[in-house]
Amino acid sequence: MIRVLRKDRGFVAGAVVAGLMVLVAITAPLLAALAGQDYTTYHDTLLDSARGGVPSGPLGGISGEHWLGVEPGTGRDLFARLVYGAQVSVGVALAATALEVLLGITFGVAAGLGGRWLDAGLSRVIDLVLAVPILVLAVSLLAIVPQDWPRPLLLATVIALLGWGGTARISRGETLTLRTRDYVAAAQVSGASWWRVARREILPGLTAPILTYAALLIPYNMIVEAGLSFLGVGVRPPTPSWGQMLSSATTWFRADPLYVFLPGALLFLTLLSFVLVANGLRRALDPRQTEVPR
Amino acid sequence: MTGYLIRRIGGALLVLFFLTTLVYGLFYLAPSDPAILTCGKGCTPERLADVRAAMGVDDPIPVQYWHFLEGLVAGRDYPAGPDVRHCPAPCLGYSFETDQPVTTLLLDRIPVSFALALGAEVLSLVFGIGAGMLAGLRRFRILDRVVNALILAGYAVPVFLVGLLLLLLFCVHLQWLPFPTYVPLTTDPLLWAQNLLLPWVSLAIIQAAVYARLTRSGIQETLAEDHIRTARAYGIPERRILWRRALRGALLPLVTLTAIDIAGIMTGAVLTETMFGLPGVGQLLVGAVRQIDLPVVVGVTLLTGLIIVVANAAADLLYAAVDPRVQLR
Repeated sequence: MIRVLRKDRGFVAGAVVAGLMVLVAITAPLLAALAGQDYTTYHDTLLDSARGGVPSGPLGGISGEHWLGVEPGTGRDLFARLVYGAQVSVGVALAATALEVLLGITFGVAAGLGGRWLDAGLSRVIDLVLAVPILVLAVSLLAIVPQDWPRPLLLATVIALLGWGGTARISRGETLTLRTRDYVAAAQVSGASWWRVARREILPGLTAPILTYAALLIPYNMIVEAGLSFLGVGVRPPTPSWGQMLSSATTWFRADPLYVFLPGALLFLTLLSFVLVANGLRRALDPRQTEVPR
Repeated sequence: MTGYLIRRIGGALLVLFFLTTLVYGLFYLAPSDPAILTCGKGCTPERLADVRAAMGVDDPIPVQYWHFLEGLVAGRDYPAGPDVRHCPAPCLGYSFETDQPVTTLLLDRIPVSFALALGAEVLSLVFGIGAGMLAGLRRFRILDRVVNALILAGYAVPVFLVGLLLLLLFCVHLQWLPFPTYVPLTTDPLLWAQNLLLPWVSLAIIQAAVYARLTRSGIQETLAEDHIRTARAYGIPERRILWRRALRGALLPLVTLTAIDIAGIMTGAVLTETMFGLPGVGQLLVGAVRQIDLPVVVGVTLLTGLIIVVANAAADLLYAAVDPRVQLR
């Protein structure tokens, strides 16, 4: 499998960029310290007050001190804000996906292995989750939750709670096929508990389909997080996130186009790299499966 | 068929009921005080007392929920202070912040969201099927690559980023279009379309990627089937094979998707509407979130749930209508 993946140029490029973004997210405090900047300090002196607070100097105020310029209106260092923004985007997307996989496998396998009534009941729950309009409900939920709860964790939880339907449906379907296999029947006949059957016989068979699906869920969840931050229900300021930066860029994009371009390009690049990874995984693991989270 | 219809509608109603219960439970049992959330941003102590009385927050939760359901079917009155606010059926609640029934607010906004979703869907079908066909035929190598790259990019870009870039390109740099400001269709159809053009295109770019991918694989699969080989052996012109046979097989799955996708775009339009300042349901939601207007938030959530449930049912029926192999039981 690894040999197949290595030959896949799209996968390799995607994996490198995606890995780099994860690295940036982890080392964000280090990178900011390296640049000698933080994401909260205002630099009013670098702004052109005559032009409404646009950074003075060419290209959004890029200088040796501020590698990517400063934020219009506040003068906060853009490089520091962008690398810390990676933390939110990548972190929330990965955490939400992990939670979705956990929930989906638990419910899916339980439905697939359980009796008729358990399956019928859980299937209805899964249908309900799939019918929920994720963005609308997430906006509403995030709006009513007390403001002092830890925001990134909350974002990941809300996204996961609304989005585990797909993994559950796939897990259930695969479990239903796997349980008819002889080796599963053999384990059951020899007296293995259902927990053991689920763990030792079913779970390994789920790896490939769940992995390919989860890989596509990561960029999807990243889009949702960016959207929620764009709408102002994501992380609280001053914590930066790419979606939130793009949202504030809507008021500045005429005067300072670079302020749109930087977070936009980073977000697009990260998303694209994760999509490429997911595509490569799908081709290598399961050529039949074409389902894509929508 | 009739039996199936009854069961399908029954099932849809059941899902809707559970969704209502879930949403109601989530919002009114939330860790924050629902009366304060309902009272809104301009809340005064007097209004808060009115709201408490009108909502009956001192009643047990099941009683409150019962009143809510009753309002949905028969309408209800909110005795707030000296005067009574009437909320006709289907009453989704009363927005004390704007002093209007939620249903009225929603009905004002639905046409905008629907026009947005419908236009975007038509555009994406046209572009998606066209691009998918070109890529599926494998006639032009470079074109295939471009389409494939676009399909990939369509998955990797949030709609508000596309919107921002389009604004930057067409309104600032080229100055071909003025900045979109919503004009009602009845006022000036031409201006209406002009202002919706950019929102339509930004949604369509992403949606078209899905259709292009489906059409591409559909055409490739159909062209490999036996009946195509037979048709070729009979000497039927290639163009006719393509249009009458291959395309038909490839487009079948798209038909069922359209209903679901229109619903999906409508519910996902929160971002597009906020981005372009369109007075649709999504913008209503974001506004309500900012104004802390809980009844509107609940109303929008339920409406989108309804739209999705209806669209799913419609998709099933459409599927049976276009594909004779599907039997509804």
